Amino acid sequence: MPVSPKQARTLKHRSWVAFLVIPPIVFMSLFVVYPILSAFAYAFYEWRGLARGDFVGLANFKDVLFGPTMGPVVWNAFLHNVYALIALMIIQNGGGFLLAWLLYKEPFGFRFHRVAVFVPVVLSTIIVGFLWKLFLNPNFGLVNQALYSVGLDALAKPWLGDSSTALGALILANAWHFVGFPTLVYLAGMQRIPSEIIEAARLDGTTEWQLLKNVVWPLVAPSTTILFTLLFIGAFNWFEIPYVMVGLDGSPFGSTDVLGLVFYRTAFGNQSASIQNFGQGSALATILFLFIVVFASLLTLWLRRREIQF
Amino acid sequence: MMRDNMKLTRRILMGAAVGGYLLSGAAAMAKTELTFWSWRQEDKAFYQDIIKKFEAKEPEISVKFETYAPENYQTILSTALAAGRGPDVIQVRAYGNLETIATPGYLLALDKQSVPELANFPDSALAAETVRADGKVYAVPFATQTMLVVYNKKIFKDAGVNPPQTWDELVALTQALKAKNITPFANGTATAWQNETIVAALLSSQLGKQFEDDIVSGKANFTDARFVNALAKLKDISANFSPNFTGVDYPSSQQLFVAGRAAMFAGGSFEVANFKSQNPSLDLGVFASPVAKAGDERLIARYYDGGYAVNAKSDKKDAAVKFIRFLATPDYGTAFTNQLKNLSPIKGIKIEDPITQDVAKLADNSMSYLMLVRFRYQEPSGSVLLQSNVQKMLAGQQTPEQAAAEINKGITTYYKPFQK
Repeated sequence: MPVSPKQARTLKHRSWVAFLVIPPIVFMSLFVVYPILSAFAYAFYEWRGLARGDFVGLANFKDVLFGPTMGPVVWNAFLHNVYALIALMIIQNGGGFLLAWLLYKEPFGFRFHRVAVFVPVVLSTIIVGFLWKLFLNPNFGLVNQALYSVGLDALAKPWLGDSSTALGALILANAWHFVGFPTLVYLAGMQRIPSEIIEAARLDGTTEWQLLKNVVWPLVAPSTTILFTLLFIGAFNWFEIPYVMVGLDGSPFGSTDVLGLVFYRTAFGNQSASIQNFGQGSALATILFLFIVVFASLLTLWLRRREIQF
Repeated sequence: MMRDNMKLTRRILMGAAVGGYLLSGAAAMAKTELTFWSWRQEDKAFYQDIIKKFEAKEPEISVKFETYAPENYQTILSTALAAGRGPDVIQVRAYGNLETIATPGYLLALDKQSVPELANFPDSALAAETVRADGKVYAVPFATQTMLVVYNKKIFKDAGVNPPQTWDELVALTQALKAKNITPFANGTATAWQNETIVAALLSSQLGKQFEDDIVSGKANFTDARFVNALAKLKDISANFSPNFTGVDYPSSQQLFVAGRAAMFAGGSFEVANFKSQNPSLDLGVFASPVAKAGDERLIARYYDGGYAVNAKSDKKDAAVKFIRFLATPDYGTAFTNQLKNLSPIKGIKIEDPITQDVAKLADNSMSYLMLVRFRYQEPSGSVLLQSNVQKMLAGQQTPEQAAAEINKGITTYYKPFQK
């Protein structure tokens, strides 16, 4: 049967679409969907070492959340993730917003600073972690040496060894590492604001604070949406900086423990202290995944509503 | 003409290359190639040397040695084994970690028929590579590790002090060193597992073998006065650790000792080779943890690092067993001990290095490295509990009594002899 030119075109178009769509779908299913589903399935079994044992229903989930051993560890870590989220929201995203505003006003040397503020983001997290670990070394680290040199000996501390400062130190290291990212996103958002709006506000005699609060902040809402959502996901998946700087145990005595570390220790074991439990590890990963998906979606929906079209 | 000649030469060369390639391919085909996985990147040269010796003895077998970073080794190995792959010969850990791999049937069980060389090992070494449930041995042990105090002989000599016998002597020693502005112990507690090694290195003689027996039988638990008092002693002596020790991690404390800025390091015998390789001019000695009063038994804490096992799913099991039998001979143990300065548990080895000789002598009188050997099979493991609670105690945030009670509470959740 002869094919009409129109049918041939449709066929060509369809195979072109299929050619574009099928490889990524296969790739995603194989390397994203399948592992997630299998981790989900693993969570319902008992594991003896690496061997899958009996189906145990929700027992692993119950142990992870409320068991006498895992429960307190998980909730302690969860709390630290929440602290990190709040602190980073203020320091990293808030700091990024203010830095972006400074750069937006194009002060002397702004081109240099625009690059400089982004450089740490490009560095490997492992390098940043080690660098900050050196800075914070109690005996020869830069931070304490600086304090000694200006006579503030009383403030010098074993930062990463003191349970009251260790988590804060990790948060600051993380903020130093990533503050360039919100800065750049906010800067792009600010540059999108039509200059007439800002000029009009200035003519109306707003103060700098009013301008930021009532004009700039609402108009960069789309940037805020993406940054808050990414930070939310990042804060609950937090792993690299704590792992590099304080180790798998959340040293000292669990004061820097976060869910990422608990997951790793549980699923893969901590060579120098504990044994692995694949089932509980998978259960924790599943809970974490669902928690992030649900709350990140809600957060995005809520943040979207406050965006203004212009 | 010239051109044709060149063409001809090229053809001959190519023919020779192809022929050579085919020949070598045929030779490789006749050989059984074993893969051997390890986390000991730093021992690569030694293992390659050993493999050469083995290949000379067994010309039809060749061995490929591959290493992975220690912190990822268990993960990579677990994943490979779970996928039905993995190497033919596997360097495995001991105790609880061995069980996670051996219990699902990934390792070949060994006995004195298949590996007669198992007779070369003391029972405690074989116990480390035995699964408790079936009582079978799954690996040929490779190293004895001991927890003790390493000291810098030159610093001791310059300060005019000697290795202590009793705890009081240790206290006097630290005061003498401090008076001379020398940091007595390089140790820090920021790396969690260091707390466990410090406890074993300094307190074993105060705890005693009887304490271990009582713990195992359930006659005593961790709230026992022997344990609490020992922890209190540790708390006192920790004032002599490196400055700001709560923030000093493992690598920093090692550096402090290697640089000759501290007199002692409480830790594993495995540190000696490491220290010497970083600073060959160090003159080091070792001593066992000091006793509470003169006349008490002097002990170090001992465990076995791991072993060499055969993948049960390997289709080259015979060759693999031949290789691990080779790794169980006194000749191998002697080479291992002398080249790696790491004590092999094989009986009848000849030790050249004087410090390793000292370690071997001390190892004759030992108790277990308690939490690893007895309580690293279930969560919360004794190691997790000891590490975090001692860390907390040394940071001044709980008393020795509280630390002991927390450790005991955690272990009691699963340890039957404590549940009476």
